[in-house]
Amino acid sequence: MTSLAITVVGHDRPGIIAQAAEVLSGCGMNLEDSSMTLLRGHFAMTLICAGDADAAQVEAALQPLVNGSLDVTVREVPEEPDRPTLGSTYLVTVHGADRLGIVARLAAVIADAGGNITDLTTRLSGTLYVLLAEVDVPQSTDIEALQARLADVSAELGVDCTLRLLENDQL
Amino acid sequence: MNLTLPRLPEGQVLDVVRAPSHVLSASGLQVDPSDPVIVQLCADLVATMRISPGCVGLAAPQVGQAAQVFCVDVSGHPKARISHGLIVLANAEIVEASRNEKGREGCMSVPDLTGDVRRAAKITVVGQLPLSGERVLITTDAFEARALQHEIDHCNGMLFLDRVTGAHAVFPRKVYLEPRDPLAP
Repeated sequence: MTSLAITVVGHDRPGIIAQAAEVLSGCGMNLEDSSMTLLRGHFAMTLICAGDADAAQVEAALQPLVNGSLDVTVREVPEEPDRPTLGSTYLVTVHGADRLGIVARLAAVIADAGGNITDLTTRLSGTLYVLLAEVDVPQSTDIEALQARLADVSAELGVDCTLRLLENDQL
Repeated sequence: MNLTLPRLPEGQVLDVVRAPSHVLSASGLQVDPSDPVIVQLCADLVATMRISPGCVGLAAPQVGQAAQVFCVDVSGHPKARISHGLIVLANAEIVEASRNEKGREGCMSVPDLTGDVRRAAKITVVGQLPLSGERVLITTDAFEARALQHEIDHCNGMLFLDRVTGAHAVFPRKVYLEPRDPLAP
């Protein structure tokens, strides 16, 4: 049994997912976690699949998908154990005028505090830049200090930043 | 159950400020609701809301004024239950809130994005009417409650982007109620 990480990036058109899923199914590869979106109009998909085919076989089978407008990569990855979250999940929201280094500076603040970004979306809408990051924060992290540091760096960058505990009701 | 508002002067349509403008992030100042400048601002907010397709509320920071004033009108909106018709309030605050519900919001100041926001579906707001300064209590629900919270947030320098529910809760807007570009087909 192998686990493969596959990325497909390029010009969007109807049927890419149908075709990719059909190829993987034909190779006996089971689609596990996947994420697909449009990034500034470009098709972008990342997925993990598992089965008996190897990376070279799957890459060859996916070649018809490329069709001159898509980049496809296939790589074998080791099994990753499910890791429980370190502590609490927070959502960092940033919005402001687009400029170089917003993600780099704020992600560094989060990393320095021991926070692990588990999900991130950024959007550029006109001149407005929006960053949303879900962050696992260990119990040992001083949240008020993290909040203050994010506020300082955001002020330097001229953007607005909020840090909120994500609701996680168990029903 | 319409709110009885004092008669406002004729309003002028103002330009709506878009993010990333800093006025949208500034906490609005408390105002004197009987100040003629504030009364005119209220009238201008209503006039600007009225000519904007699909707009159910507008707050002073959205026209460049960091002041605690906004208008809301959800009359006839399919998501509205209780509706008080046109609401114009100064110095409003939420005094009771319950029954959180998630809903998708847009904003004239963030025209190309929408977002999922969890807000109270039942609220009580206190605020002052323009001109008379009369203190009123409004208890409402559903869409009108959401609109009031959205506008009160504006008055406190908050956008819906500050309240979205997760990393995948902001979306490019798919439906516009008016063409963005008059030359667009």
